[in-house]
Amino acid sequence: MGWDWNYAIAILPEMLGALRVTIEITLLGSLVALVLGLVIAVVRRARIPVVDQLLWAFVEFVRSTPLLVQVFFLFFVLPRFGIVLGAFAVGVIALGVHYATYTSEVYRAGIDAVPRGQWEAAAALSLPQSRVWTGVILPQAVPRVLPALGNYVISMFKEVPLLLGIGVVEVVNKAKELSSETFRPIEPYTIAGLLFLALSLPASILVRRLERRRAAV
Amino acid sequence: MENLPRIVAVLLDGVPETVIAAAGGILLTILLAFSAGLALLSEHRLLRAISRTYVEFFRGTSEVVQLFWIYFVLPVLVGIQLLPLFAGVVVLGLNHGAYGAEIVRGAVSSVPKAQVEGAKALSFSPRDIRWRVVMPQAVLEMLPSFNNLFIQLLKSTAILSFIVVSEVTERGVQVLVPNFGDDIVLIFVLMLLIYLVLAVLITAVMRWLERIGARRLGRRPSASARTAAVAAAH
Amino acid sequence: MQPSEPMIVFEGVEKRFGDHVVLSDLDMTVAPGEHVTLIGPSGSGKTTILRLLMCLEKVDAGTIRVGGRYLTHMEKNGGLVPADERYSREVRKRIGMVFQQFNLFPNMTVRRNLTEAPTRVLGLSKDEANARAEELLDLVGLGDKIDAHPTQLSGGQQQRVAIARALAMRPDVLLLDEVTSALDPELVAGVLSLLQDIGKSTDITILCVTHEMGFAQDFSHRVMMFDGGRIIEDAPPEELFGAPRHERTRTFLQAVSG
Ligand SMILES: Nc1ncnc2c1ncn2[C@@H]1O[C@H](COP(=O)(O)OP(=O)(O)OP(=O)(O)O)[C@@H](O)[C@H]1O
Ligand SMILES: [Mg+2]
Repeated sequence: MGWDWNYAIAILPEMLGALRVTIEITLLGSLVALVLGLVIAVVRRARIPVVDQLLWAFVEFVRSTPLLVQVFFLFFVLPRFGIVLGAFAVGVIALGVHYATYTSEVYRAGIDAVPRGQWEAAAALSLPQSRVWTGVILPQAVPRVLPALGNYVISMFKEVPLLLGIGVVEVVNKAKELSSETFRPIEPYTIAGLLFLALSLPASILVRRLERRRAAV
Repeated sequence: MENLPRIVAVLLDGVPETVIAAAGGILLTILLAFSAGLALLSEHRLLRAISRTYVEFFRGTSEVVQLFWIYFVLPVLVGIQLLPLFAGVVVLGLNHGAYGAEIVRGAVSSVPKAQVEGAKALSFSPRDIRWRVVMPQAVLEMLPSFNNLFIQLLKSTAILSFIVVSEVTERGVQVLVPNFGDDIVLIFVLMLLIYLVLAVLITAVMRWLERIGARRLGRRPSASARTAAVAAAH
Repeated sequence: MQPSEPMIVFEGVEKRFGDHVVLSDLDMTVAPGEHVTLIGPSGSGKTTILRLLMCLEKVDAGTIRVGGRYLTHMEKNGGLVPADERYSREVRKRIGMVFQQFNLFPNMTVRRNLTEAPTRVLGLSKDEANARAEELLDLVGLGDKIDAHPTQLSGGQQQRVAIARALAMRPDVLLLDEVTSALDPELVAGVLSLLQDIGKSTDITILCVTHEMGFAQDFSHRVMMFDGGRIIEDAPPEELFGAPRHERTRTFLQAVSG
C-alpha cells in the first residue's frame, strides 16, 4: 500500500475541520492557562500561610502527574458532583489548569526578575497595591517571559490529541476515524503529523526570534 | 472502600509496564540526546543538518501522532508490526531525545571558552578536550533539565494506553472505571499517586547524581538549578 | 637546534580580525632562556602575540618558529603549507601558558589538573606525573592543597596552581598574560615573587605581558613596547624605563605609573 494522492486530497477538508477544533481548544486552553497562571503567581507572591503551601502542593502535584489522567479524572468525576460538561469543555479546562501550573512558575520568575528598587519606588509613591501590580510590576515582568509563555502555548497545541481519549474529535481522532472507515492509515496520520508541523514549526521560529530580540535588548 | 485492595491490586499490576516504558524511554532518550546534541555541535554540515531535522521534526509534531504513526502506519508501509510496549518506548525515546538534544547542545556550549583554551594550552587532543574537560562540566549543567525531561517522559507513558499497553492509566480507565464506578474518585487519586511516587523517585535519583557531580566539582549543588530547570522544561 | 638559534622567531607576522589589523609585518626574536616583557596600551596586540604562539589564533601572513621548528606551517614537498591541528599540537607541547583568569579545570582536583596533561599528552606514568605534581606544588607553596578543588582555593592560590600546571609540562617556553591582573592587591606580590624564583631557578624562555612595571624591570632581560601593532621600542629594562627614546613610550610609562 503506497501513498494515494486522491484519497489524501479527499480527506483534507475533514482533517482541516478537525484542525480547527484543535486550534480552538489550544486558544481557549491558553486563555485559561495564562490567566489562572498569573493569578496563582500573584497570590503566591503574597505568601499567605496555608494558602501558599496548598498552592505549592497543587502546582507540584499537577505538574508531576500525566495530563491524560487529569483529563479522564475531570471527565469522569465532575459529573458525580453534578457538573456536566461536554468533552470539549473538559479538554479546555484540563489543558488550561495543567498548563497554568507551568505558566505560574514562568510568571514568578518574571516577577522575581523585576528589581527590588521598583517595588520600593512604587511604595515610596504610596501607590495602591493593585496599581503597583498593574502599573509597575506586571508591565515589566510579562514582556520578559513572553517567549517562555509562547513555548507553552505551542506545547499545549501538541497535547490536544490527548483529548481523543474522551472523544474530542481533534486532528488525530479524526485521522483515527478516517483510517478505521477506509482501512487506510497512511494518509490520515501522515497528514495529521504534517498539520502539526506546519503550524508549530513557524510558531517556534517566531518565539525564537522574539527570544533573541529580548536577549538583545 | 471495601474495594480498595482490588483496586490497588489492579493498578499495581500496571506499574511494571509503566516502569519499563519510562526506563526504556529514558535510556533511549539519553542515547539520542547525546548523539543528536553532539551532532548539532559538529563541524560537519551534513551531520548538523540531519540532527537539526530530527530535532525539529520530533519537537514539531505531536507525540500522539508519532505513536499512532509508528504503531499503525509503519506496519502498512514496511510490514513490521511493533509490539505496543516496544513501539511506545521507541516513540518516548525519539520524542524526548529531540528535546534532550537541545539540552546537551546548550550545556556543552555553555562551558566557558576559556576552559577549552586552557586545555589547548596543555596540548590536549580535541578528543580529550571534549571528554575530559568539557563534557564533565557540561553533564552537571544538564542534570536539572534532564530531571524535568524525564518527568515529562514519565507523564507521557500514559499515552501508551491508546495502543492498549496495560500500564497504569490503561488499567485504571479501561479496567477499573467500568467496574468500580462508585469508587471513581478513589481510583483516580490512587492512579495519580502512583505517578507522583514515580516522579519523586526520578527526582531523587537525579538530585543524588547532582550532589555527586557537585562534590566532584568541589561546590554545593546550586540553588539556581531548580529555577534553571523550570525555565528549560519543554 | 643550534645553540645560537633563537627560541622564538616572528617573521612578517600579520594578524587581522575582520578589517581590523592588530599586528602588521611583525618581526621579533627571543633567545633561549631570555625573559621578555611586552608592554603597551590596551588593544595593542600583546595578548594576540601570546595567543598566536599558543595556536589559539592563526596568522594571516608571515611565519612563527619555536625552537627552530615552524609553528604556523609545516614543511611538505620542499615547500611550506599551513600547519594542521596535529602538527601544531606537537610543536605547542614545548610551550606553556598561564592565563589572566587561571582557567583551571573545575571538574578536576588540583592533583588531576597537574597530572592530566603529563599523562595524556606526554605519556608519563601515573607515578611520574604524581611525583612531578607534588614537587611543583611544594615549589609554589601549596603542597597541602593537592586534593582540593580549584573552587576551594583563593585567586592567588589558583594562579599558583595554574603556574604549576604549566610547568608540569616541562615547557621550553612559558607565556604569562597579565597573570596578576585578576588578583586581589594583597595577593599580587606573592605570585610575582614566585615568578621571580622560577625565572632565576630555571632556564625557561619567558614571554610576559604585565602592567606591573616594577616586576618587569627586575624580571626581564628585555622589554618591548607595543603600539599600533608594531614594536616601537625594544631595549633592556634599565634603558627603556630609565631613558625611553620614544615619545609614545614616555607618555605610556607616565600614564601607567599614575
Ligand atoms: N577574537 C577577536 N575578535 C575580534 N577582535 C579581537 C579579537 N581578539 C582581539 N581582538 C582585537 O584585537 C586587538 C588586540 O587585542 P589584544 O587582546 O591582543 O590586546 P592587548 O594588547 O592584550 O590589550 P589589553 O592590555 O587590554 O589586554 C584589540 O583591538 C581587540 O579588540
Ligand atoms: Mg591582553
